[in-house]
Amino acid sequence: MFPFSEAPPEIPAVIKLVPLHYYLFLSTALFVIGIVGVLSRRNAIVIFMSVELMLNAVNLLLIAFSSYRSDPNAQVFVFFVMAVAAAEVAVGLAIIVMIYRNTRNTDVGFLKKLKW
Amino acid sequence: MPASILLLIPLLPFIGFLINGIGFKRIPKNLAGLLSVAAALGSFILSVYIFNLFQDGNGEAVIAHYFDWISVGALAISFSFQIDQLTLLMLLIITGVGSLIHIYSLGYMSHDEGFGKFFAYLNLFLFFMLLLVMGSNYVMMFIGWEGVGLCSYLLIGFWNKNTSYNNAARKAFIMNRVGDLGFLLGIFAIIAAFGSVEFNEVFRGATAYAIGDPVIVTITLLLFVGAMGKSAQIPLYTWLPDAMAGPTPVSALIHAATMVTAGIYMVVRSNILYSLAPFSLEVVAIVGAATALLGASIGLLQNDIKKVLAYSTVSQLGYMFIALGVAAYTASMFHVITHAFFKALLFLGAGSVIHAMSDEQDIRKMGGLRKQLPVTFITFFIATWAISGLPPFSGFFSKDEILAHAFAHNKLLWGLGILGSLMTSFYMFRLLFLTFFGEFRGTQHQREHLHESPGVMTVPLIILAVLSALGGFIGVPEVLNGSHQLAAFMSPLFEGAKAVNPAVFEGLGLSHATEYTLMAVSVIGALIAGAVAYVIYVKQQSVPAPDSVERTGLQKVVYNKYYVDELYDTLFVKPVRVLSDVLWSFGEFIIDLFVDGFGAIVTSLSNKFRKLQTGFTSLYIFAMVMGIVIILFWNLVVKYNSFIKDLL
Repeated sequence: MFPFSEAPPEIPAVIKLVPLHYYLFLSTALFVIGIVGVLSRRNAIVIFMSVELMLNAVNLLLIAFSSYRSDPNAQVFVFFVMAVAAAEVAVGLAIIVMIYRNTRNTDVGFLKKLKW
Repeated sequence: MPASILLLIPLLPFIGFLINGIGFKRIPKNLAGLLSVAAALGSFILSVYIFNLFQDGNGEAVIAHYFDWISVGALAISFSFQIDQLTLLMLLIITGVGSLIHIYSLGYMSHDEGFGKFFAYLNLFLFFMLLLVMGSNYVMMFIGWEGVGLCSYLLIGFWNKNTSYNNAARKAFIMNRVGDLGFLLGIFAIIAAFGSVEFNEVFRGATAYAIGDPVIVTITLLLFVGAMGKSAQIPLYTWLPDAMAGPTPVSALIHAATMVTAGIYMVVRSNILYSLAPFSLEVVAIVGAATALLGASIGLLQNDIKKVLAYSTVSQLGYMFIALGVAAYTASMFHVITHAFFKALLFLGAGSVIHAMSDEQDIRKMGGLRKQLPVTFITFFIATWAISGLPPFSGFFSKDEILAHAFAHNKLLWGLGILGSLMTSFYMFRLLFLTFFGEFRGTQHQREHLHESPGVMTVPLIILAVLSALGGFIGVPEVLNGSHQLAAFMSPLFEGAKAVNPAVFEGLGLSHATEYTLMAVSVIGALIAGAVAYVIYVKQQSVPAPDSVERTGLQKVVYNKYYVDELYDTLFVKPVRVLSDVLWSFGEFIIDLFVDGFGAIVTSLSNKFRKLQTGFTSLYIFAMVMGIVIILFWNLVVKYNSFIKDLL
């Protein structure tokens, strides 16, 4: 069946203190907050922060599974996500700064010329 | 025999074609002309060399295999050349006469802006023609066959700014396609019957068949359809007179000396098959005789110098097929050789006249040219004498051999042949007298411009005149104390056919007295016809009436070429036109309805859907999130609903 049904091998007791589904709920909550932020806010910088929140929700989830399954692959993956996120922030913020310089505005609703 | 030298014979003209074709307009005229003349001459020298090598050998056919070309299942077609007596004769004609015509063209085409292009095409033609006669199987012959057709098309429409010339080129191409279809079906039939297309294997396989076997008859008839197209026999001859739209050297090389004899070459090459099919031979003889008469009779009343020669070519090709039809293959090849000499000479002479007359081709506007064009006149006279079958020039020997064989086979065939020969003599002397005798009938401007052609044009004329005069001596028959070297040379070609069907090869069976009588009849007849022409056109100085005069009765029918072109127009061209109009309207209305309809639907739908692209980024993100939610819902809830159960 689904990957969860297999019994993971020997999880350290200190990790078992917090059950896995706590992490699931936490990262789901963070992710949904991120989505709502992206959807509801119009300020480009706030949208950007919400995106970061979503990314980190995913990271947290990856780490949680990694620990519970004693599988280090996910941790490597998280490092990649963080590196790419950093690069993306650099480029994204630069774009936002340029938009602001040209339009004195960071409202995403303001930039709507690219249409039919 | 070195295979590389053999390969070089067709390759030299091909290289000439590549250089001239790619470098056209960048290569200076002199160099372009020099290159292709050198290529043609090089081939000729190599052919002579190969001929000598072959003479030193034991007379057996040499096959030079280069590579396997096509292998499909059990059928393997190789790229290889076969050198035997027949190939060598054709090689010498093609490269020899071809070289002379190349040299002549240097002068004839010197003022033409397409000079380099012309020589590139001529070289390409030589390449394909050599491939045709050198190939050792029917497929290679077919490649050459198609290639020369292409070159013929390109050269007929060489002055492509003139629509009627383009139409003539297309007519030649399409009529040849009809014949080529027959040839192609013949090759398929050969593959089906023998499982090979190599000459050797096919001919070996053919010996297993009985005389008159329907398989062989079918194959030979199909191949003969191909020969009808290429060699301008009834009913596919009408392209050849129109092909005179091309430059005159082209008419001489392609439409008189070489390409049109490809059909004869093919039948002689397949002589075993034809000897096994007496019915096909009968068909060949009948078609040949009909064509010989029809061509000659139309030639009687033509007024365009090249058209007369064109119908004469059709008629002479008919003679060659008469010879094939009575299984006198040697006589047919003999006539191919002598005809190549004198007809090339006639065309080149006509070219010289046209050149001098500032592109005038109507013999009614010529006359008295013998004083201004002495070399052209003398050579033209020799050629006329030769084609009329008067001794001692070449046409006499070859035509007489054909007529003697026809007589031995069927008296009626001989009678038709003699009739055609009389007409030949008449229209040729008519042409000669109207062009070179009497008073000049052209304009003042043309009269002032009259001049003998330059040396580069007259030298080939003189060489060809010598060949036309003396060429007959390679085949002096035994009755005239000759040994007929040509027959001795070619005899190994027919051994196979002799073994399977000796009946068709039985000697002439004519006494010397009969042969002398036959010769006397044809010579005296030709002389009388020539004398009649002399009386009408020199003594009485009569000139054919202009086109505006209404002709009556039979004369009208013949003058209009028996309305064959009009007949084909009504029978084939017009119905096809109507059919294409119908199909065109079908495409225009029914098909376009669908195509345009789909286009209109897509346009109107996209006009509505494009409104979705508002430019608001938040809307796009919302759509994206909704999409993800739907996918997740589908995958997790609908497909893996047990996961939800696990979770709860």
